[in-house]
Amino acid sequence: MVSIDVWNAAVDFPIFDAKSRSLKKKVLGKTGGQIGTDAKVPIIEALHDINISIRHGERVALIGHNGAGKSTLLRVLSGIYEPTRGSARIEGKVAPVFDLGVGMDPEISGRENIIIRGLFLGMTRRQMEKRIDDIADFSDLGRYLEMPLRTYSTGMRVRLALGVVTSIDPEILLLDEGIGAVDAEFLEKAKSRLNELVKRSGMLVFASHSDEFLAELCSSAVWMEKGQIKEQGPLREVLTHYKGKDPFENLSPRALARMQDDESDPTATIGSNEG
Amino acid sequence: MSSRSWRKAFNDITEGTKQRQLWAHLGWQDIKQRYRRSVIGPLWITISMGMTVTALGILYAKLFGQDLATHLPYVAVGFIVWGFISGCLTDGTEVFIQNEGLMKHLPAPLSVHILRLTWRQTLLFGHNMVIYFIVLAIMRMPINLSVVLAIPAIVLMVANGAWVATLFGIISTRFRDIPPVIGSLMQLIFFMTPIVWNAEILEERGGSLSLAKINPLYHYIEVIRDPLLGSDIVLTNWIVVGGITVVGWILALLVLRNYRARVTYWI
Repeated sequence: MVSIDVWNAAVDFPIFDAKSRSLKKKVLGKTGGQIGTDAKVPIIEALHDINISIRHGERVALIGHNGAGKSTLLRVLSGIYEPTRGSARIEGKVAPVFDLGVGMDPEISGRENIIIRGLFLGMTRRQMEKRIDDIADFSDLGRYLEMPLRTYSTGMRVRLALGVVTSIDPEILLLDEGIGAVDAEFLEKAKSRLNELVKRSGMLVFASHSDEFLAELCSSAVWMEKGQIKEQGPLREVLTHYKGKDPFENLSPRALARMQDDESDPTATIGSNEG
Repeated sequence: MSSRSWRKAFNDITEGTKQRQLWAHLGWQDIKQRYRRSVIGPLWITISMGMTVTALGILYAKLFGQDLATHLPYVAVGFIVWGFISGCLTDGTEVFIQNEGLMKHLPAPLSVHILRLTWRQTLLFGHNMVIYFIVLAIMRMPINLSVVLAIPAIVLMVANGAWVATLFGIISTRFRDIPPVIGSLMQLIFFMTPIVWNAEILEERGGSLSLAKINPLYHYIEVIRDPLLGSDIVLTNWIVVGGITVVGWILALLVLRNYRARVTYWI
């Protein structure tokens, strides 16, 4: 069963400056006598008192200002950072999509990049080979797929990366807002694929500033502020408190229609992927 | 549930091993990458090792008054094994530091990076072993049945590469002075280890054999060199190598257990 549970988690980053990261301070510090408290490594408290539990079928929006801890929380949920205090239990295959470029090698062909990126996202080589045609179709790369990635334009790279990311079958999908940085025309095309991806995945956590995107993909929300959870609950309610007004008043009819679907039957769009 | 547990440490290793397609692909990619757009590609690994071995073999055979037919194979095998050891040590210290981008964006067991490195070094070793077979054919070395012992010896060497990368990789991520220290020691260790010279010469010239034998790397090279050259098998070498393997793995597992979850915080 796919689930994420986080109890009283805190994430503290030690900040090593050039001196404290070296052995010199450790060794010489002792022989040199009293250095006292300033020898301690300074710490940045990125997250604290985090309690979240997400079950199969839930689609959670992560909202909050820049630096509120959204990205760090996503990294905790993906298992990249294990909490320094408290604990986190993640059951299921995680596909984190934080940065479209990571794991892409400019010297190898688009095709090879598709395979590697897929392997990193927990797919097998055979599964990825089956999807190559589909990805080529979507990304409009055609014969460019055999060329090294360094010959691609920025737009082509983004299309390729988005094509790979939206072709996988994740149990837990974690999206960071960076994926919004695509040209509008392509984004429209990507949206339907993104929607299908979300439907296929057992669980979604999506950090974004775009109300419309959130309204289309999510049903509940977690509001982060200063490394803490300020509020969690239904998307519309939390967003209203966060913005100080109802953000869905003047939303596109299409998005609103989707939202109504969700409210009447929250499992209707995601029920196909049990287990 | 604390992040410092044996279960999680072993889990890291088994999960990493399962992702064979990923690390095998990346390890091989690392090698292809280096020779991309070159006409003969990874064959350069073999050629450059061949040139070094031939030149140094001839030079040192003359310097020490040794027979070229025995000294060239000796230098060749020593160099090939040394290549693996120094590769695991120097790359090992950087194994997590260099993968910072990957580690902060994609969750993967630490062992995936270790296995990628070990696999890459094993592939390089394989390329270099071609030199051994060429030398074997030309020099007609007196090898005997004990040559099969080279197989467990190479397996042992690879197993040691993995713990070295784990232990040094984790410590180096925390203490960034370790990589340059190891880097500058490597050349010294190379000259101190009987690779281009042999321990008997040292004794003949009035030196003490223990100067060579106190060096653990001597024993690693000997366990592979002896069967490959048809020399007598020395039990002591195997005992030393086996002992270090066990102790090394215990240390690596301890460090993995205690600091596995800290590595992403340190990079």
